[in-house]
Amino acid sequence: MTSTIKIDPITRLEGHGKIDIHLDDDGSVVDCFFQIPELRGFERFVVGRPIEELPRIVTRICGVCPASHHMAGAKAVDGCFGNEVAPVAHKLRDMYYHAHYIHSHIAHFYALAAPDFVCGPDADPSVRNILGVVSKVGIEIGKQVIAARALAQRIQQIMGGRTTHLVWCLPGGVSKGLTREELEEIKPMVKQLSGFADFSLQLFRDVVLGNKAYVDLILNGPYTLDIQYMGLVDQNNAPNFYDGDVRVVDFQGKEIARYKPAEYSDYVAEHVESWTYLKFPYLKKRGWRGFREGIESSIYCASPLARLNVADKMATPRAQQAFEEMFATLGGHPCRALMANHWARLVEMVQNAEMLERYCADPEITSGEYRLVPRQITGAGVGIVEAMRGTLTHHYTCDKNGICTSANLIVGTTNNNAPIQMVTKKVARALIAPGKEPDQGILNMIEMAFRAFDPCFSCATHTLPGQMPLDVHIYKKGELVRRIRR
Amino acid sequence: MSDKKKLQIALYWGAACGGCDVAVLDTNEFILDIAAAADIRLWPIAIDGKYKDVEAMADGELDLTFFDGAVRNSENEHIARLLRQKSKLLVAFGSCAHMGGIPGLANLTNREEIFTAAYLNNPSIEPGNRTVPYHKVQVDGMTLEIPDFYRRVYRLSDIVEVDYFVPGCPPDPAQIKAVVLAVVSGDLPPRQSVVGASDRAVCDDCKRTKAEKKIKHFYRPFEIIQDPERCLMEQGILCMGSATRSGCGVRCPNSNQGCRGCYGPLPEVRDQGAKFLSALASMIDSKDPEEIDEILSRLPDFIGYAYRFGMPASKLQRSHR
Repeated sequence: MTSTIKIDPITRLEGHGKIDIHLDDDGSVVDCFFQIPELRGFERFVVGRPIEELPRIVTRICGVCPASHHMAGAKAVDGCFGNEVAPVAHKLRDMYYHAHYIHSHIAHFYALAAPDFVCGPDADPSVRNILGVVSKVGIEIGKQVIAARALAQRIQQIMGGRTTHLVWCLPGGVSKGLTREELEEIKPMVKQLSGFADFSLQLFRDVVLGNKAYVDLILNGPYTLDIQYMGLVDQNNAPNFYDGDVRVVDFQGKEIARYKPAEYSDYVAEHVESWTYLKFPYLKKRGWRGFREGIESSIYCASPLARLNVADKMATPRAQQAFEEMFATLGGHPCRALMANHWARLVEMVQNAEMLERYCADPEITSGEYRLVPRQITGAGVGIVEAMRGTLTHHYTCDKNGICTSANLIVGTTNNNAPIQMVTKKVARALIAPGKEPDQGILNMIEMAFRAFDPCFSCATHTLPGQMPLDVHIYKKGELVRRIRR
Repeated sequence: MSDKKKLQIALYWGAACGGCDVAVLDTNEFILDIAAAADIRLWPIAIDGKYKDVEAMADGELDLTFFDGAVRNSENEHIARLLRQKSKLLVAFGSCAHMGGIPGLANLTNREEIFTAAYLNNPSIEPGNRTVPYHKVQVDGMTLEIPDFYRRVYRLSDIVEVDYFVPGCPPDPAQIKAVVLAVVSGDLPPRQSVVGASDRAVCDDCKRTKAEKKIKHFYRPFEIIQDPERCLMEQGILCMGSATRSGCGVRCPNSNQGCRGCYGPLPEVRDQGAKFLSALASMIDSKDPEEIDEILSRLPDFIGYAYRFGMPASKLQRSHR
């Protein structure tokens, strides 16, 4: 896309998600822009810092998924020191990360997604929030949710010493191990979380699957995109959140790429548009083909649903059952319905809980050999983990003294920037037509499309998932004709 | 509709990560108490937030606003000014609003270099790309705007008057609870004070055994396995605990890692990094200039350690605006 750049003094601007919709003379949608207003510059200001400090700096990219950045950073730093890592350290990091996933998935499902389903998509916005959910399902369930999230946070606190913004990982391992006493303290919490994961899945069955209107919304709304999927898998092609190969499949289920973290720049590239601070990743081997759907599209998404779409199966038995039930209900694997992300999140939570159980029973987990002192500085590393909101890549280089010389970050939500752009346009086109005036309803529809991706623009920029302040501008012939805000 | 007898609260972020908001969620059941006792008028993470409603408020209609995040762009500044006008008490909440925070490290570089690293020169940028974002552009005849990315990062008090400062990255949930209760009961210290923290140093609350601090050799954290019982500084591992206000729960040293100063300087100290430098100088166990040079050469990027959370608050900043 060519663009004319014109410098003007900025006028007042507000709204963390800003959408401009441009109409032609007839009132048909010509184009639609979803703009991200912020950039903080981590890729530049970590340069010059000691490389081992990066995992404790990059956590501040996102306070909602700080452990994702910490783990990806830790793995990139491991690479800068020749990748000699204490074996139990990988297990400990993975174990911590499952607890982190549970905390995040609970927060997302109950506080952000549930209002649409429990209160209903048509409910008054003033009650369509977590407090509305609590009043509907009862304070007891509300307290149970809060307690479960607190347990997931507590496990992280015990293992890493901190929850938000942990400082735990060092090259070659972690700064503290897990003692037997600490493990015993964690075990009953894991048991409780495991029950809570099953409970959540059952709640979804009862509330959502029991209501035909919601199932229709998942399967038949304008919320489908014909694009490709990305996610991390283990050697059996089961989802792995902390380690593995990145697998890309198309929406018909065919594998189109599989790569090791160190090869990422052969497979993914980022397109830049002048009208948003957020970049648009795409499949590099296909080249940038624009915001286009189709089997040849170079656009992919990375999300809970994408992770299950690229996987052949789950890593644990109860999660496997939930996986089979989900895809059988949704008409096969892979599934293109973006709303299925909410369900996928709960299936993942079952795997997280089962993995925690597995680690609790692992005699090696309390080993005192939780870190190896690195013997060499090799100068480059790529760490890839699955952030809750998508594949997260950190690539660092350092000099012979271990001082950072470059950093490149492709974060969870950024992967989904193009898909969000596309689904926004799709919804706008479905709702706005000649003679059909847009109204407040468009905001709910667009917002639900966003929420399926759980877009965490804190990662990508700084805004959080949830009830985003939206600002939709509608232009005709370049003139602002309507503005809808919430 | 809001019940005006209840406390009117807003929570908002500027250039932030959301960790401060997660820390508020980490008060767990207390959130339900807040929701019962107060009207949360704006909190974009969890509650429907309408800017136009804030604009429509009378001046001072909000009793309390927690503002987290630094001021990085024109939008952050606009909202900071708007919330100042509407709030009786404006609290700079967390390290970024208090001192600039980690995003403030960007003040060690500049806008051009940041744009180059993000959009022009990195291993995954589209081959041949010359496009960078601009705050106002024309695309196919359509005008598109995004906020202006400022040349440097500001802390909240550089932009508007701040009534109280709650330090921490993020603030400790127990401290958040205490601050909210203090506001409810009206039991607050004079304006412009730091609240939700202690007047002691992190060292004073750290349980590690301490002896004389005589340093012959600095180690970077990856170079040795830390002794979990002994003072980290005495092991030669940099820790800002002596120059940092406590209140965090000593969470980094308890994780076997040095403090990086997120709770900010001690009372009466104007520059945290300078204070740390003077403390550090007194610990070096040598009088021989060459040996001192050798010892100090083991400490790269001192500025990135000592001003990890407070570059925009530092005296090292040249004057601005």
